[in-house]
Amino acid sequence: MMPRTECFKKIAELRGDAVVVPTYSSMFSWRTISPSPLNYISVGAMGQASSHGLGFALGLPNHKVIVLDGDGSLLMNLSSLVTIANAAPKNLVHFVVENGCYEANGSHPIPGQDKVSFAGLARAAGYAQVFEFDGLNRFAAELPHVLTVAGPVFATLKVIADDEPKQDYGYMHSPERRREFKEGLRPILARQR
Amino acid sequence: MASNGVLRGSDIIAALKKAGVSHVAALPDITTSHGLLWPLSRDKELKLIRLCKEDEGISICAGLAHTEKRAVLLMQMTGFLDSVNSIRAIACEYNQPICMMIGLLGKEPDKKPTESKAFGVRIIEPICDVMGIEHMCLNSEDDVERVPDAIAHAYATSRPLAVLFGKVLEP
Repeated sequence: MMPRTECFKKIAELRGDAVVVPTYSSMFSWRTISPSPLNYISVGAMGQASSHGLGFALGLPNHKVIVLDGDGSLLMNLSSLVTIANAAPKNLVHFVVENGCYEANGSHPIPGQDKVSFAGLARAAGYAQVFEFDGLNRFAAELPHVLTVAGPVFATLKVIADDEPKQDYGYMHSPERRREFKEGLRPILARQR
Repeated sequence: MASNGVLRGSDIIAALKKAGVSHVAALPDITTSHGLLWPLSRDKELKLIRLCKEDEGISICAGLAHTEKRAVLLMQMTGFLDSVNSIRAIACEYNQPICMMIGLLGKEPDKKPTESKAFGVRIIEPICDVMGIEHMCLNSEDDVERVPDAIAHAYATSRPLAVLFGKVLEP
């Protein structure tokens, strides 16, 4: 198991100007580690981060898009694995931050905790690249490859929550965050025109 | 354009192109399958994103809208009903231009949706009303001609739109 914040610091070091779609507990932690207008946090409904990520990846085919999904969140939109694999965006990296519980809702265990293989689900769905990490050293060593290999890429990160981020839903749903994102995206869109 | 009283998928496709739509996210629906979705799947200009579940399409269309790509979500009214929470949050509360095209399985062609014997059809427009979603029901070629402006308005105002099909589409 890896400390979540350490995983996020490694991703933050290499994200560049990638669009990042973090969700729920991952978002609350990520926002302090890698604050950026290019974090899209307004996924609206639980489970929808991966599908937003697909929309961004299809709309910005020459730009890296990273999803920081939760395991409970992915279970709520599991079919998106098949949709993403079928659409096959080469620029999408889909991380699942696997802590085995619904952290934002009382830390109840997810169904299938310690049984379900998210990497196995992604592999069966047809992702081009699938990784599973439970040690920080190997994760740090392989992350540059994970972020650059042609996707769609799926990587599950087995973590423990080593922080207690403030669950600020007002921040998550704020129209100001979406305005910031729109402004942040403007130069990227200009380059793609 | 089609003759009055007939809804043709070819007219819908032309209307989507006129509206600047580049992507269609879709699940099959028997009321639009033969007339619209199969022709769409063979179209060289419109990019078809096949979905497993309709609420995925709400988010995909939102992501595309942020990247200045226009998209529509094609589905049956059952998918609309299944996606209400995502529509509530992403389309309505976040004020995003999610354009939905909805087949009404079981609707009688000579009746308004609200007069249908099918409960799942009858409730669609009232749900749109209570959620503040602009909606229109297509029954003729004249109705289809209004679609490009309706989509343009949705994007200009960043508000959702529901386009209902009043009858089974022909190619």
